[in-house]
Amino acid sequence: MTGQDGKRTVQDSKTDQMAAAAQAADAPAVAAVNVGKVFDGKRGAQVVALEDINLTVARGEFVSLIGPSGCGKSTLMRLIADLDQPTSGDLTVFGKSAQQARLDQDYGIAFQQAGLLPWRTVRQNIELPLQLHKVGKAERSARSTELLKLVGLTDFGDNFPDQLSGGMQQRVAIARALAESPNLLLMDEPFGALDEMTREHMQGELAHICAETGAAVVFVTHSIPEAVFLADRVVVLSPRPGRIRAIVDVTFTGSVERTEHLRESDAFFSSVSEVREHLHGSADANPLGVDN
Amino acid sequence: MKATFGATKGVIPPLLLGVVTLLLWQLAVVGLDIKPFVLPSPTAIGGQFFENMPTVWSNSLVTGFNSLVGVVVGAVLGILLAVIASLVRTIDELSSAVVAAAMVLPIVALAPVLYGMFSASQQTARQLVASLAVFVPVYVNTLKGLHQVRPVHRDLMRAHAATTWQTIGTVTMPTALPFIFTGVRIASSLAVIAAVIAEYFGGPIGGLGKSITTAAASSNYPLAWAYVLGSIILSLVFYLAVLAVERWVLRNRGS
Repeated sequence: MTGQDGKRTVQDSKTDQMAAAAQAADAPAVAAVNVGKVFDGKRGAQVVALEDINLTVARGEFVSLIGPSGCGKSTLMRLIADLDQPTSGDLTVFGKSAQQARLDQDYGIAFQQAGLLPWRTVRQNIELPLQLHKVGKAERSARSTELLKLVGLTDFGDNFPDQLSGGMQQRVAIARALAESPNLLLMDEPFGALDEMTREHMQGELAHICAETGAAVVFVTHSIPEAVFLADRVVVLSPRPGRIRAIVDVTFTGSVERTEHLRESDAFFSSVSEVREHLHGSADANPLGVDN
Repeated sequence: MKATFGATKGVIPPLLLGVVTLLLWQLAVVGLDIKPFVLPSPTAIGGQFFENMPTVWSNSLVTGFNSLVGVVVGAVLGILLAVIASLVRTIDELSSAVVAAAMVLPIVALAPVLYGMFSASQQTARQLVASLAVFVPVYVNTLKGLHQVRPVHRDLMRAHAATTWQTIGTVTMPTALPFIFTGVRIASSLAVIAAVIAEYFGGPIGGLGKSITTAAASSNYPLAWAYVLGSIILSLVFYLAVLAVERWVLRNRGS
């Protein structure tokens, strides 16, 4: 429960705002310095989930986190979202603490499960963040109409989530994440549960949406082609304890726009191979553990 | 949740069973010459029921009102305390023993004691017994429902910096709602049973339970059964009323 969140004084938020204004102008979307996370396991055993993570995500940059299952990539995203706290190191979001960024609603978030509220219509689900932050009804409704159009669900605003397919539900979740036009989008395998065709279609749509909104994105995935297709940089994590093994720059000369043609290009294939090599470590490393 | 009001197919078999049972009952009483103090025939009970309709009705109102007070007070207290228990772990742990005790306690057995505590000429003791009978299932079911919140929804509310009360209003209570309704539905007929039986142990004149004991004491068994029939109808009304509200609410919100 987050009881303390509501009890911030006016004075607090004023100083925060001033400090934020001074820092935030040129601060990167995410800056992690030597970040580590240790979970307390059973009987005092400790599990090191992340170690020495140094990562900067620039404003408007799309960064994919990829790694074998259990490498801590979701944990890293949860630290940025302030859903968990790092046990060591320093993590800032737009120059503020992760907690402050969460309280200021600087990011939008989408999970592997769509996580829609089944008793609310699609439109009410998209409006949830706005409603929580007391945005007026008319403004809410205008924004949700806009977002429904953006994710191609204009005709489904009054439906309930369980009347939609998995792909459509995920699109609603993305629309919800975009509701407050955040400068940072955090996505934890949002397409993980979708079939390949829907998935590629959604990737295309996401690339389009990101180009349109100009938000920075931290995108957790375990699919190499997905990471390469979407990202400006792919961060490859090692198996537990999660460390950054390599950061692959994905630059496609000539075309900035990510369309279906990109998937057929040589540049795409070479980036895929590069990420795959890093992911599997040395040539003799065990390739198991990457479910792609 | 799909409502299935119009499913006549599901209604016919139990209806048929009821009619056959009544027929067999009637035949057995007449054919085997069973005396009314052992078991009156359905027609005799029905005759008494319709003959004494005004008194059955006025007594039903007394018991019905006691039960209604019980449902409202018990449900409100049950839901409220369950919400508090879900927020404060210590209360949850402290109350679990009390609730376990309340679950095995025959609550109507408290009636004579309560008649002593409150005035025996007032309905208070009966309403209190009904409230207690309602409280337990509502509390237990609500608390269970409040624990059903999915982790992804909890993360979502935290990510959006929702306050505790916003989280309860937008996620926790809606998640618990079907469980709360189950609790109230079970409790609604328990309330009538408790209110009727509490009347067996004394208290003011009036009420179906009181009328059953009075009629039985004067050996008017068909009349006693007519009042029993009245209590059955009363508790059925309570059950169906809650069921109707439940169906309506859950259908209108889509899940």
